[in-house]
Amino acid sequence: MIGAGNVLFVIAGILALAGALITVSSRNPIRGAMGLLATIFGIALLFLKLNAQFLAAIQVIVYAGAVVVLFVFVIMLLGPDALGEVGSFPKGKSKVSRGIGGGLLAILAGVALVLLAGRGGAHVRFGDVQPDHGSVEAVGGLLFSRGLVAFELATALLIVAVIGAIAVARGKQTKSHLTPAQRGDGEFFHGTVVARDDRGRPPSKGDG
Amino acid sequence: MGALLGNVLEHYVMLAGVLFTIGAVGFLVRRNVLVQLMSIELMLNAVNLAFVAYNRVHGDDMNGHMFVFFIIAVAAAEVAVGLAIVLSFYRLTGSVHSDDADALKG
Repeated sequence: MIGAGNVLFVIAGILALAGALITVSSRNPIRGAMGLLATIFGIALLFLKLNAQFLAAIQVIVYAGAVVVLFVFVIMLLGPDALGEVGSFPKGKSKVSRGIGGGLLAILAGVALVLLAGRGGAHVRFGDVQPDHGSVEAVGGLLFSRGLVAFELATALLIVAVIGAIAVARGKQTKSHLTPAQRGDGEFFHGTVVARDDRGRPPSKGDG
Repeated sequence: MGALLGNVLEHYVMLAGVLFTIGAVGFLVRRNVLVQLMSIELMLNAVNLAFVAYNRVHGDDMNGHMFVFFIIAVAAAEVAVGLAIVLSFYRLTGSVHSDDADALKG
């Protein structure tokens, strides 16, 4: 007897797997970001199937709403250079070592999964749960009782991360000790152009 | 077998394992820093799925849900800092190719 829950699991699983494959295999990072989006929605559906409504909502809001959008912003900021792998040949034996590493990992994981799938014995079935399992109220109550210290530390982590991201991405605004070549050409990033103009002369190769 | 699909722990753990492996292989094989960051996100999502699935077996507590909440928070912070580093790296080298990050090679 196949029910709606079984169909939901299959659809969500296929969505997640297809998105993951697109993410790692597409040349264009925008397409990869869309694959990541599919994976995120697939996993959010699986969260719903597993009685985790709060986490499904958080998954869609944070991952689909913030993380993927941030990726897309950065890809668009970089423009055609975001393709990255056009015309730059890997240096040395990098390609071979990467292939060996990836292949070994794939073989290892494949063998582990086959052993797990072929294992005898009964399956671990899901039992009954409390009626409020995974609801916003229940998870929120847990977060503000047992997880209170970690919750506050997470807020501090997010603040520090945002300030750090701004500090790293903004670059040097005033008297840089770097040469123009080290700073890049400043085509897309006007912060470095300002630093150049502060000296009151146009950028030249002999600068610095 | 069909009725069990999606109602036993093993299916979710296997799916999470496959997703994690795809992410790990993508991180090792791809050389575009942006795609590598996305592969890290795939791995984090796979771990989250395993957490929630194992928590579903123990229906009377929700510690797994709490862990997933914090993992999502840390992943968001990681993406913000990681993409800032990508921008800085691109400004320095003019590429998003991880093989170009060889300034410490000497």
